[in-house]
Amino acid sequence: MYFDLIVESLEFDFIRRALLVGILISLCCAFLGIFLVLRKLSMIGDGLAHVSFATVALALFLSASPLIVTIPLVVLASFAILALSEKAGLHGDAAIGLVSSFSIALGVLIASLARGFNVDLMSYLFGSILVISRAEVIISVVLSFSVLAVVIYYFNSLFVVTYDEDFARVLGLNTRVMNYLVAILTAITISLGIRVVGTMLISSLIVFPTVTALQVSKGFKSSILIAVTVAVVSVILGVFSSYIFNLPTGATIVLFNGAFFLISFLVRRLRLV
Amino acid sequence: MTPLMTIEDLAVRYGKHQVLSGISFVINKGDYIGVAGPNGSGKTTLIKAMLGLLPVAEGQISFNNNAAHDPYIGYLPQKAIQSDGLFPATVREVVAMGLLAPKKGPRFYNASDQEKVGKVLKRLDIADLSDHKIGNLSGGQQQRVLLARALAGSPSLLILDEPTSALDPQIRESFYELLGDLNRVDGVTILLVSHDMASIGKYTKKLLYLDRRVIFFGTYEEFCSSEEMSSYFGPLSQHQICWRHS
Repeated sequence: MYFDLIVESLEFDFIRRALLVGILISLCCAFLGIFLVLRKLSMIGDGLAHVSFATVALALFLSASPLIVTIPLVVLASFAILALSEKAGLHGDAAIGLVSSFSIALGVLIASLARGFNVDLMSYLFGSILVISRAEVIISVVLSFSVLAVVIYYFNSLFVVTYDEDFARVLGLNTRVMNYLVAILTAITISLGIRVVGTMLISSLIVFPTVTALQVSKGFKSSILIAVTVAVVSVILGVFSSYIFNLPTGATIVLFNGAFFLISFLVRRLRLV
Repeated sequence: MTPLMTIEDLAVRYGKHQVLSGISFVINKGDYIGVAGPNGSGKTTLIKAMLGLLPVAEGQISFNNNAAHDPYIGYLPQKAIQSDGLFPATVREVVAMGLLAPKKGPRFYNASDQEKVGKVLKRLDIADLSDHKIGNLSGGQQQRVLLARALAGSPSLLILDEPTSALDPQIRESFYELLGDLNRVDGVTILLVSHDMASIGKYTKKLLYLDRRVIFFGTYEEFCSSEEMSSYFGPLSQHQICWRHS
């Protein structure tokens, strides 16, 4: 019966779009997540998601495309976080906290100034992948492929910088450029991902697949493979389950991610691997 | 003696604080130099400047121009930066990092790189650990893996910063023996920083003694016959170093 419903759902354009965009963005999140989590920068995803709340509010206020407004502003916010850490001598988490809380305050202020778009803003808080437009699909596909291509191109360099920044510099890698590169890619991915699961849940797409993989994997490449599998399977299960059981798609995707983490945690605790 | 690297009148500062000044010495191919000095004497600062991790305030560090390929320094830190069991990196993945220096662009590995990794793992007697997670290994095994990483790219010079400070005495001895073997048999040029004067005296061929400036640089024969060093260290300390070396 469920299989028939899945087949039936694939006839709908919005389901096919949701799957395409969801899978691509979850791939970006999984690839970037391993570098962010291992460098103890998981919260940058959360911080930038909060920034995206303010930028979406601003875009709706200006009647502009949220994606077009959000991407450059979130990239700038990621630079601000790095600059605060480097120049103001703040720890990374404090810099993220500053930018994040300032952005939320700004977003709330803008939202209160224009009461008319509160419903739209809610759809960005918790995601609305099923109502994604054709233009958003095109932008998301192009940018996701770009993010993935850059991560794959610099994969080995990013691995060394993540493992041992001093050794990376001895090898002649420009670690500062690498850090800014990761910040830009994360900002783009967050901006795209808020359509899938919303600003409140996007950081879970970055954190869950990686921490799930870390429970059971020995090597870096195997961690990436596990994280990518978990991320993609969670999106597929989440989209179909939300269609079959009439559930909110973003939250369902995150709950599947959570379930995979629980399984891998138990596998590790029971020493099955 | 073929000069490999020349350090001329080097000065390094942290802000306004001068840590090293007037440092000059030459590293020849095949040298095994022990770098010693009291706490705060600038040992780590010197190697960080040599590795390009700290800016040089004055003077210069230059490789011999006749080098057959782009000079590259292999580096072994005190201990693995990510030494906990959660970091997902196998021994093979960590060692392969050492091959990235000459690569440009995407820095992908090829089949010959895998072969080089296999060879260096075998040379250091850790081939059986290649698929183990580095964080699950003992301190001594982790240091061998990092030594393999430093050697993988066939460096012109190998710099080690207190590599045995976290190791048990027995493992420390075998690590020093391995380094001596790499220098004698494989011709690896080594600069070893250590607090452990006795081991430096026992295993290295030359001594560089620092105290924000060069107090002594030369062979142990020169050191042991130097009256100036006798009066600087006192005859007893000098004898302890020289006795270990002989």
